[in-house]
Amino acid sequence: MIISIASGKGGTGKTTVATNMAVSIGSDVQLLDCDVEAPNAHLFLNPVIEEEKSVFTPVPEIDEEKCTFCKKCAEICRFKAIAVIGEIVLTFPELCHSCGGCMEVCPENAVTEIGRNLGVIETGHKNNLHFVHGRLRIGEAMSPPLIREVRSYTRPDQLTIIDAPPGTSCPVIAAMKGTDFVLMVTEPTPFGLHDLKLAVEAVKLLGIPRGLVINRSDIGDNRVKEYAEKENLPILMEIPFDRKIAEAYSRGELIVEEMPGWKEKFLKLYDNIKEMAV
Amino acid sequence: MKIAVTSKGPDLDDQVDPRFGRAAYILIVDSETFDFEVLNNKENVNALKGAGIQAAGMVSDNGAEVLLTGFCGPNAFKTLNAAKIKVASDAKGTVRDAVTSFIEGKLTISDQANVEGQW
Repeated sequence: MIISIASGKGGTGKTTVATNMAVSIGSDVQLLDCDVEAPNAHLFLNPVIEEEKSVFTPVPEIDEEKCTFCKKCAEICRFKAIAVIGEIVLTFPELCHSCGGCMEVCPENAVTEIGRNLGVIETGHKNNLHFVHGRLRIGEAMSPPLIREVRSYTRPDQLTIIDAPPGTSCPVIAAMKGTDFVLMVTEPTPFGLHDLKLAVEAVKLLGIPRGLVINRSDIGDNRVKEYAEKENLPILMEIPFDRKIAEAYSRGELIVEEMPGWKEKFLKLYDNIKEMAV
Repeated sequence: MKIAVTSKGPDLDDQVDPRFGRAAYILIVDSETFDFEVLNNKENVNALKGAGIQAAGMVSDNGAEVLLTGFCGPNAFKTLNAAKIKVASDAKGTVRDAVTSFIEGKLTISDQANVEGQW
């Protein structure tokens, strides 16, 4: 089973929930940190990193000896990553979405693929927990290919927990798509509610069962709960705005390792998800 | 000489459109006779990305040697440069005014883009 953890708004506690649930379960579980622009699950887990590899996405290179300047490659590219000007072919690798169309249509086989570095993937473990995260190269505009590469480490025989990036566009969709359950994390503030609504609409489009964790649940107002009720979005856990939790967080420590009773709560959360997931 | 000018409308007396890649129209004007051709840039106006690259290709395909516009980004500039098209990014008023100013030497030929990409 694959559980993705998403929120819309940043800073609501996705990583807190993902890491604490993963550590509570402890074995036959993997955590994939797909927030590749700002990965930080490793700061809570302190995993032993065993392997690092660079990830590349294919972008075109034109052999001007073979090229007849027919413009077919430029015409098929919807991102205008190739321009043919007279007898000069310009490529704009940063615009390329790696569809391979230019290679496909070139009648002269003048297009080959070279790699554009997207970033790195690091894999390791914390005790029996398998850990994978991606780090997007600074300056890289496209994170979905790296997110998909992180997800390629999914072990079908284990529970996979995905820490998704915030937002509602391509990166978070790449992290949630095809998962069995989306656990949404929010806070009971106007900001948490606003972005939660957007995220819920995105998850609805994907047709994935979903549930809610309300973090810092005793601050703010009641509107998140009212919204959840109206949407039939079950509230699976509430984490209070507790000084001890905040202190553990501020030191990069896990709630389940610092405070009694929380491991059981996260295991119960997992049990509830198992019942609701497809 | 053929001069490309970004324009808000299809006529010499329409205002210069300061945007290059996403200009409404691009007029290709003969600097001696003021005869002109109209290129409708409709497809590029809402392009996801690469509007400047595409527009630069159009300008080049239509044989212009100079482009008069307001803002030109780095990818457009690179493409125009490859096509050996000179760029003046300080065109103002109507298309006719811009061409006249250029002929009188009142516009400045840029040696680099004057805005960031996706501005």
